[in-house]
Amino acid sequence: MLMNKQETILKVNDLNISFHTFAGEVKAIRGVNFELKKGETLAIVGESGSGKSVTSKSIMGLLPKSNSEVKKGEILFQGKNLTKLSDKQMQKIRGKDIAMVFQDPMTSLNPTMTIGKQIIEPILKHQNASKEEAKKRALELLSLVGIPKPEQRFKQYPHQFSGGMRQRVVVAIALACNPKILIADEPTTALDVTIQAQILELMKDLQKKIETSIIFITHDLGVVANVADRVAVMYGGQIVEIGTVDEIFYNPKHPYTWGLLSSMPSLDAKEEKLFAIPGTPPDLLNPPKGDPFAARNQFAMKIDFEQQPPLYQVSETHFAATWLLHPNAPKVEPPESIKQRMRQFNAQKGGDHIE
Amino acid sequence: MRKKGGITLSEKDVILQVKNLKQYFNVGKPNEVKAVDDVSFDIYRGETLGLVGESGCGKSTTGRTIIRLYNATGGEVIFNGQNVHDKKSTTDLKQFNRKMQMIFQDPYASLNPRMKVVDIIAEGIDIHGLAKSAQARKDRVYQLLETVGLNKEHANRYPHEFSGGQRQRIGIARALAVEPDFIIADEPISALDVSIQAQVVNLMKELQEEKGLTYLFIAHDLSMVKYISDRIGVMYFGKLVELAPANELYENPLHPYTKSLLSAIPLPDPDYERNRKRIKYDPSVHKGTNTEFREVKPGHFVSCTEEEFKEIKAKQ
Repeated sequence: MLMNKQETILKVNDLNISFHTFAGEVKAIRGVNFELKKGETLAIVGESGSGKSVTSKSIMGLLPKSNSEVKKGEILFQGKNLTKLSDKQMQKIRGKDIAMVFQDPMTSLNPTMTIGKQIIEPILKHQNASKEEAKKRALELLSLVGIPKPEQRFKQYPHQFSGGMRQRVVVAIALACNPKILIADEPTTALDVTIQAQILELMKDLQKKIETSIIFITHDLGVVANVADRVAVMYGGQIVEIGTVDEIFYNPKHPYTWGLLSSMPSLDAKEEKLFAIPGTPPDLLNPPKGDPFAARNQFAMKIDFEQQPPLYQVSETHFAATWLLHPNAPKVEPPESIKQRMRQFNAQKGGDHIE
Repeated sequence: MRKKGGITLSEKDVILQVKNLKQYFNVGKPNEVKAVDDVSFDIYRGETLGLVGESGCGKSTTGRTIIRLYNATGGEVIFNGQNVHDKKSTTDLKQFNRKMQMIFQDPYASLNPRMKVVDIIAEGIDIHGLAKSAQARKDRVYQLLETVGLNKEHANRYPHEFSGGQRQRIGIARALAVEPDFIIADEPISALDVSIQAQVVNLMKELQEEKGLTYLFIAHDLSMVKYISDRIGVMYFGKLVELAPANELYENPLHPYTKSLLSAIPLPDPDYERNRKRIKYDPSVHKGTNTEFREVKPGHFVSCTEEEFKEIKAKQ
């Protein structure tokens, strides 16, 4: 994977976002940095409240103006800082250059409009197309996402579609203007495994055809392993580990990533007890002073409670924010299932190098 | 066989028998739905039976009919030797409700937001008169809270003050309050985060070992089901298509639908994912007629036609 040579399409620099609530200021995003390359899929994983959806909504400019605030940082896209754009300017980008697929296909479509009209909408708005052209394009899109009998389906309403078919329509709308970036926020969480597999295959196919970059937000590590080129793990409003999919799954460095990977049962496993991360995620009203994961971390050291760890570089593409990577840190033994993954990684590296 | 709560499973003490259970909705109307169509299985005391399938396949309806939230259209559910769907006096019904409990999917919707945790958990205790005094009631609730990993300070709070995982623990404490033998867990972890799912599943396993509980575990997350279940049943369009011990089902799936379901699970292993081949299920592959639920190996049942049955037998 020669990701480094590819052009960067989106850059997020030191992003800080807060919500103002009755209880006080919730610091939802606390210093997030990442880049998105052309044609790649970056998966963002984390639990609810880790800030993954807020990150994606801030890129789309969909955070409510009334109670959210970008405290610091910038989102750079085509030389523009998206956090500073007005509503009008943002409308020109949203749906055209950056499009989004939402989690729940049952609520993200308008129940009172035919799906044809909903697909035509962005084409008319952004591409100066005539009605006929737009309709032709919409029919193409419907067959592209694998909906049979597009002419007939074009005139139907969302309630006449199944969940999987609706999500295909949502994908078709998102792709209507050939966006440069597609943000998919848990696009398959509401779907059954068999339908999920179909939608994931569809998205990968389409990505190859139109060279879109995808930001894929999910909490399902199985899905991540399936779609991602690179993975960012978020916790407590920060990215705690980022790397290629192989590095995160076979050579994870952050104890939170260890916990996430070992709390999922594997199909061939015979483990008697699942590894469970104790406790609950931090309260972002009063974020902890040191490492946000320290309180749930069995490997936590004194410094974890006092100072935030910097992002240590593991390889050219792999970074992790944990004091365990400090040269003076004690050597710790990761859980057995993680060591197994690491052995697989080393075996791979020893043999043929990866793609 | 593995031992659980002091009971060896090979003794095969049947706690629940489902015989030709049918649950139809809109009977006699053009939009009749056969949500559960002629399903039969046994559950042994002390085991966990997993029930999996896509949404709409009837797995939740099966659970709800077993506990008599619906009146069955046909068939029998025999629990501890008694037919659940018989006409029953209020006292009999009360006795039955005490021995069979349910844990629901959505921990946000299944707890009354206007009741304190202590009253939610003690509701069953009150109905069945299990506490002799106010103090005994309180002590019992505290004890239950501790059993599920919460503490007694939580008793006087309201559900909105808890996270999803904690609420599901309250739901479990409520089910345990009346000392049931059998618990139906309808997607108990699907609304929770991954790291919290493991906590709740571990808790359910511990409780099972301690108290010798029997579970019917309904879910669509197949890897978690395999982890917690002794045996697994696969449902498709209201029918049970395959039933086998958990490992046997994963290692040797026989019904084409089971194969397709297993091939669709994404695993947290990028190497495996790159090479995964998905199998699609096409109902027209079945040869012949006379589809029946047949035992192909001891304990391994598949819904198949006579021809297919012979084929499977020949391969063994």
